[in-house]
Formats: sequence, structure tokens, C-alpha cells
Amino acid sequence: MADPLHSRRALLGFSGAAALTIVALLLRGQIPWILTFPAQWTVGFSDLINVAIAVLVDLASPLFRAMSTLLEWPMRAIRDGLQAVPWQVLTAGFVAVALRAGGAKLALFCAVACVYIQTSGYWVESLNSLALVSVAFPLSVLAGLVMGVVMNKSRRLSSVLTPTLDFMQTAPAFAYLVPLIVLFGFGPVVGLIASAIYAIPPMARNTKLGLDLVPADLHEVAAMTGCSPTKRFWLVEVPTALPQLLVGLNQTIMAVLSMVVFAAIIGGFEDIGWEVLRTMRRAQFGESLMAGVIITLIAILLDRVTRGFALQARSHTAPATPLGRYTLVTGALMAVIWGLSLTGLAAAEGVRFDPAGQINTFVADLSIAIGGFTDGLKNGAIYYFLLPVRIGLEKAISPYTWGIAFTPALQAVYWGLLALIAVALAWRRSVMGGVVVVLIGIFLFTGTTGLPWPAMIAIAAAIGFWAGGWRIAGLWLGTLGMIVLSGLWAPAMFSVYICLSAIVFCIIVGGGIGVLAAQFGVISALIRPVLDLLQTIPPFVLLIPVVMFFQVGDFSAFLAIISYAIAPMIRYTERGLRDVPSEMIEAGISTGCTPLQLLFLVKLPTAQRQIMLGINQAIMYALAMLAVAALVGSRGLGQEVYVALGKADAGLGIMAGCAIAAIAICVDRTFVSALAGQQGTAST
Amino acid sequence: MTDTPDPSQEVILKCRNLWKVFGVEPAGFDQITKTESKDEVIAHVQSKGSLPAICDVSLDVHRGEILMIMGLSGSGKSTLLRCLSRLVEPSAGAVFFEGQNVLTLKERALTELRRNSFGMVFQSFGLLGHLNARDNVAFPLRVQNVPRAERHARAEVLLDLVGLGERKGNFPHELSGGQQQRVGIARSLIADPDLWFLDEPFSALDPLIRRQMQDEFLRLQRTLGKTIVFVTHDFLEAARLGDRIAIMRDGRLVQLGTPREIILSPADDYVRDFVSDVPASRILHVADLMKEGHAEADLPSVRATDPLEAAIDHFLSGHAELRVVDEDGVLLGVIARDDLHVLTAQEPQQVPRNG
Repeated sequence: MADPLHSRRALLGFSGAAALTIVALLLRGQIPWILTFPAQWTVGFSDLINVAIAVLVDLASPLFRAMSTLLEWPMRAIRDGLQAVPWQVLTAGFVAVALRAGGAKLALFCAVACVYIQTSGYWVESLNSLALVSVAFPLSVLAGLVMGVVMNKSRRLSSVLTPTLDFMQTAPAFAYLVPLIVLFGFGPVVGLIASAIYAIPPMARNTKLGLDLVPADLHEVAAMTGCSPTKRFWLVEVPTALPQLLVGLNQTIMAVLSMVVFAAIIGGFEDIGWEVLRTMRRAQFGESLMAGVIITLIAILLDRVTRGFALQARSHTAPATPLGRYTLVTGALMAVIWGLSLTGLAAAEGVRFDPAGQINTFVADLSIAIGGFTDGLKNGAIYYFLLPVRIGLEKAISPYTWGIAFTPALQAVYWGLLALIAVALAWRRSVMGGVVVVLIGIFLFTGTTGLPWPAMIAIAAAIGFWAGGWRIAGLWLGTLGMIVLSGLWAPAMFSVYICLSAIVFCIIVGGGIGVLAAQFGVISALIRPVLDLLQTIPPFVLLIPVVMFFQVGDFSAFLAIISYAIAPMIRYTERGLRDVPSEMIEAGISTGCTPLQLLFLVKLPTAQRQIMLGINQAIMYALAMLAVAALVGSRGLGQEVYVALGKADAGLGIMAGCAIAAIAICVDRTFVSALAGQQGTAST
Repeated sequence: MTDTPDPSQEVILKCRNLWKVFGVEPAGFDQITKTESKDEVIAHVQSKGSLPAICDVSLDVHRGEILMIMGLSGSGKSTLLRCLSRLVEPSAGAVFFEGQNVLTLKERALTELRRNSFGMVFQSFGLLGHLNARDNVAFPLRVQNVPRAERHARAEVLLDLVGLGERKGNFPHELSGGQQQRVGIARSLIADPDLWFLDEPFSALDPLIRRQMQDEFLRLQRTLGKTIVFVTHDFLEAARLGDRIAIMRDGRLVQLGTPREIILSPADDYVRDFVSDVPASRILHVADLMKEGHAEADLPSVRATDPLEAAIDHFLSGHAELRVVDEDGVLLGVIARDDLHVLTAQEPQQVPRNG
């Protein structure tokens, strides 16, 4: 964007896109294929994939079944092993680990959590989930470590593996559950493999990052002290990168857990994720809430424990007791407790905590009591926000929804006002601004689904070109072109609509909260634990309260996506504002800024980069949540994946999953290029 | 101590016609440097959009001397140091350590050479964050698989030597900058190297600490007597610590000489600029300007090793001549007030340039 030639070309792109959009709009009544891509034009990509997979299954089926058995064995061994131990003994062991990692507070939390899990009757299910985690986790870590090291050592392989990781991370996890089911058959092993694959990217990225960040100095130290390459790796690089590797372990175990819980949707395996799903399907919200709380507790524990160890490595503050002796004492203690439990002294099996029934009654009463409010909220959001984004003002404004009709006269006023604003902007500020306003106005009028697909593709390509030249424009053209050709345009636009609505909400509300949090320490302190929680618990669990109060439907999907995607938006905004250098603020104050001027003229522009990164993150989170939200009734690509899962239609699952991943990657690259270009402008 | 080294002195390290190009190296560069003139080669490299970081540098390092490599940032001084230890692969030229061509050594032989003969101190210390002070110092021995007890014992001796015996259990982040660099110094010495490379070791430290570390460095060197190649951007440091100074500019070696030679006859305006920044009377010694000969016994005496300032004090109190004696009071020669004119002769030339 630094050079004027590019700006002119970008303007040309936008103008072209606007012109095409207007033409397409005028013609959409006459030519039906402009609005809906005809089915006979689509290419059967998913059938091709199915054929390919069928061939693969025929060829390699014994191999995959063997792998399945091979993985099933340790999983069963761990599961049976864990179940053979009395819960008091395991609890003692868990508490000891928590004590080591995070001190007395975490140990107490762990003890309470264990007692809760036991008394609420989900001990066995929790152990089963834990067994899955403990087999999938080392697999991911190993694969991630190898990938990270390879990426650090070889630039060429890194350029191949980086997009692969992007894809693995952005493709909805259960898109590759489908092919895995075809290859490995049903059963817990599929969930295990999916979890292991899903959790590789954070480990690989952190490994690469940690090794990349080893200072050049230390490489020279290694050379001057005469390290062989092996010694340099083990004695210098790995220990220096260790804190980052442990951060990777933390992110990996969280990813494994969230996927293990989520993989329950493919089968009735007696684990805690399945409990949530089963009870939620039967609208037993009390039970699903109880199980959801357990998942949350496990997530918090795993997070704090691994984070505690990472922190210790970073600050070199290992506890005073040597690890060996600590383990020994813990083991002895567990043995004693085991002995006691055998004699029946420490038994507490009879105690049960089961408030599910009461919760159900309470929720039912509450729903009736605040039903008017929740319905009002839901309808308001749907009529005045979701519907306009989806089908545009032209259809959303009707006597049933807004209480008025969008008469031709009103429409004329709308277009007139739009033209006026656009011309004024083009005249006084910038032509580009005018064109963008026209595009936004058209979009508001037609909505996501009313906008002809050639127009949509042209607009996306124009934005891509503006952000990163032909490369990004081409990326958008390829992605959207493939989606149109594969016949997934309608569900894709539905996904775009639901995500776009959620993102707009996140930017406005999340950005607002971020600004407040940066301004007032109290708010920051209040929301931090909430954000921690939102980012720690597996997204699947977020669905429970949403469905409890708003049933299934677009609005619930919208809420679920928001609850997952708003946290990064708030975080980045607050961080960006807090990171504004104090000299800049002092300069602002000394030139006589009012607090509001300080915010809008100094802080927000300076924090712009961080905020943009926050928006980017929010979009990534929203797209990731899309597939999960399909469970609560969103249509769109997520639903396609879900349907494919039910029919074991691997081709459809892969295509729909790839579509989500490809859109996510396009958005990410667009943001990254735009920010890079901006930096280029700033530095020249 | 600051006399021109005896030419017969043993050369431990030498480099000849050393070149380093950052960026694209012209094809057949080695040959080009042999056939074209220095300026032609530089123009050639620059025409490719590359950076000539070291241009045709040749120098000798004598056993037991402290050779300072001095220059502004970007002058190529650190690159030169790294070319000498082959941390950076030179583009052309030769480096000989005790007669052996370092640049043709195989990986294994180079590793052995670095393990046994080279020690290096880094500007940003280069300590390993996961090891405490003792283990950092012992690290080179760890690499050589020396048994734990032995390497710990030797590391503790060296930590005592740099005055950090008490802090052996501390991690780098628990130590001050000065302490960290002491650990770095101890580590670089643990393999008892023949050649000691120091890359701006004190530049990252506060001025007060820097001064203190320089004094300790001199004390250490008096007991160890190492051969040292020391990179600095501080002329005062170079003049205080060095036996000889190599001044670098834009990758070229512009002057090589003792502090006295450089202060009294700077090669060009670039060097003169450095010289004008330091008080010559505090760097030069009486010996640098004295003449041999007879002196009246009733004149006040100054030691040859005293800084010139001491003589100036006497001149200011009215004496025109002073006796110069050695540590034991034996007469070495005489120094006269007029001898100082070589210093003031430098001054007028600076005025027009500064104005």
C-alpha cells in the first residue's frame, strides 16, 4: 500500500467490484444463475474424494485396523489401570502433582474438584476421558516436536509445513473425524487419533518458535566451546527453548482435552463428553450442566498444572524437594491410603451429590419466569440484527418484523441517502471511501444471501488485492471459486452470515469492553477470570447454557460463537491500549487532550495494530466454533460437516471442512498482509 | 609495555588479505581479490548490491599481546573477530593459527581447535539461562565430557578468580550485568585457551562498572598473560588496555599501531577524531615522550610508567626538566617541557574540522 500505483490499482479493483455488483443486482431478477449457482454446473469434488478414499481403504485397510488395535491397547490398559485404583488413592496422586505444580491453592482446588467429581457420580467417565487424553497427548507432543525441529532446521520444509499447520488448526476438528471413521471404523480410537492430530500444531509451532528464539550468541557459544551438532541441540538449544516447549505442552494438552470431549459426537463411548451430549440431546440440562462443570474443572486443572510447570522452568524456581524424593513420598502416601481404603476406613462411596433434578426444575421455572425477556432478546436480535445481515434490509423489513413495510418510496430514500454519503465522501475525503460506502450499502440492502455470487467473489478479490496484491486476491478467487464449483455456496454464505454477525458483535461489544478494561483496573480485574474461563473450557461446554435458555436455532449458534470469539477481541484491545507508550500519552496530555480525545486521537490509533490482530483472532475463533455450533442448530458449512459425519460421507465432510479452513486462511492472510503493508507505510 | 613489539616476537595468529562479503558473493570471488585492486573489488561487490564487510585485512597477533580492534559500529570489527575464529566464514584470504590454516580445517579439527585453543567472551554475555553460574562456567568441559566432579572443581576455581565464588549457585537472571560478564569471562578461560577473543565485553555495562571491569581485566591478564584479541568501539578503552590498536573503518584496516603511535601520528582524520576524544596526557606515559640522557640529580623525578599527567603537574609548578626513573629509582632519562609540544601540535589541526 506504500506505493501510489498499488493504491490506484486497489481503487480500480474496488470500483470494478462495485460496478459488477450493481450490474449483477440489476440482472438478478432476469438471470437466475446469478443468485443461485445451478446444480448441474457443480463439480462432484466430494464424490471424487470418496472414490479416492474407497481405494485407500481397500488398499490400506489392514494397516489402519492394525494401527487402531495398536492404539486401543494402551488406551484400554490405562483405562482399566486407572479404574482399578480406588478414587481416594488417585485423588492423593493428583493433589500431589497439583501441589508440586502450583502450590497449596491449586492442590486444594484439585482436592475439591476430585471430591466433586466422585460424589456427583462421574468418576469413571472422567477417568475414561483422561485415559484418552493420556494416550493422545504423548502422540501429539512427539509429532509436534519432530515437526517443530524440522521446521527450525530447514527453511524449505518450514514453508511447506506452515500452511499445513494452518490448515490443521483452522479445519474444524470433526471434518477429519469423517475420513478417520472411514479408515479406522467407529470407536474411541477414532476420537483418540483425531485428538492427537488436532493437537499437533500448537506443539509444532511452539517448538519452532522456541528454537528460533535461541539467541545467535548462544549458537556462537556452542561453536566456540566446540559443541557437535547433537550436543548443540541437546545442551544449548533444547534447554534454552524449554520454557517455550512447556507452553507448547500446555496448549497441546488443552487442545487434546477439548477434542477428546468433542469426539464424543461420533459414538457412545462412556466418557464425560458423551455424558454432556447425551443429556443435552434429551434436554436434561441439570445433568449436562453437572458434566459440563466437570469438564471445566478438568480443563482448569490440566491448564494450571502444565502452566505451573512451565512457569517454574521459565523462572528456575523448582520446588526445594528433589523430584525423586517427592515422588517416593507421594507413592508411599498413596499406598497407605490404598491400604486404608481396603480396610474400609477411608471409604466415602455412599455420599452422593446429585442436584441435577433440582437444577432441571430451577431451569424450567427460570425459563418460564424470564421467558418473556429471553424471547424478547432473541427476537430483537434476530429481527434487527441477524435477519438484515442474512437476507438484507430488502427482505428483513416487513410488517411482521419491523412493523413497517420497505416501500419503494423508502427504498428510494435509502438509495438516495447512500448515494449522497458516497458522493460526499468521495468528494471531500477519498474516492476509495465513497466506493467502500457504496459496497457496504449494497450489502446491507441485499444481505449475505441476497448478494449474487459473482459480486461477492469480486468484492473479496478486491479486498484481497488491496491488502496483499495479486497473491491474496488469487487466494480469495481460488477459495471462493472452489466453493461455488463444489455446490457449497449456499451453506458457505450461511456460515459467512452467522460468523459475520458474531464478529461485528464481538468487535463492537468486545472492543468496548477492552477499552473499558484498559481504562479501569477494576473492570480488567473483574473480567480476567471470566476470559480465562472462556478460553480454558472446551468450546463444546459453552453450548450448554446457550441451549438451556435459547433452544436450538440461529440465535443460539450466534451466542455460542460470540462466547468463544469475544475473549481474544477483549484481550487484544486491552493489551493494545495498555501497551501505548507512556511518552505518547504524556505528549497527548501536554498538548491538552481531553480524556476522550486521548482515547480516540492517541491511544486507539497507536493500538490499531493490536486491535486488528484481535479482530483476526476473533474471526479465527468464530470459524473454529462454527462446526461446534452446528450442534445447536446453525445451518451452513458446519452443519454440512455434521451431516456428513452422520452419513459417513467423507467427501462431503472433507470439502465442507476444507471450505471453512480455506476461508479462515484467506481471512488470516488478508489481515497479515494488510498489517504488513501498513507497517511498510508507517516506516517510509 | 607500550613499545613497538619486537618484530622477532612469535606470531600466534595472522590473517592475510581477508575479505568478507555479506549478501551475494560475486562468482570466483577468491580469484577476483587476487587480480583486481582493493577499490575495484569493493566496487564490484557493491555493484551486486552486496556489502563488503571486511576488505583486504592483513594483520599479525603476537604471543602475549593485547591487540585491540577498534571502530565505530558497522566498521566490521566484530566481523573481523568472527572471521579470525571462523564463526563467520571469510569470503577470501587466509587465517593462520600457529602456522596452521584455520580456513581449510575440517569440521572436527576446527571443533578441537575451538575446544582447546580458543576462548571467547560475548558482548551480551551469552550465558545459558537454565544453568547456574558454576554450570555455565563448566559448560565447555561438559561439552568435552569431563567428569562432573572435576569440571565443578575447575569451575569453582575460575569463579573465585573472577570474584564470584559466593554466587556459584545463582542463575544468570539473578546476577547483575557485571557479574554475568564475569561468569562469561570465567567460562571463556576454563579450557585454558591460547587465544582469548573478547567481543566488546564491557560495552553492555554501566560506565562505572565498565571501568571496574577493565581494571580487573588488566589484573587478570597480568597473572594469566594470554594472547588477546579485543574488540571495542571505545578508543579510551582501546588505549588503556591495548598493546596495539587496529582501527577499522568501512571494513578496511586504517591504522595499526601502539596507542602512542596512534595518538602522536594518526593516519587520517577518522583516526584523529577518535584521538581528539581522549585525554592524551592520561593515556600516554612518561616513557612515551622521554629522551635518554643525563639529568641533574637535584631535579624532581617521575617514573617512566607514570601517566604523562604526573610530569605535567611538575611542569606547571615551574620545572622545565624532570628526571625519569624506573621502579627502583634508577635513572632512565629525562623529559623536558618542550617534549610535550608533540601533543599540542595535534590540537590546531582539529579546530577547523570541528568548527
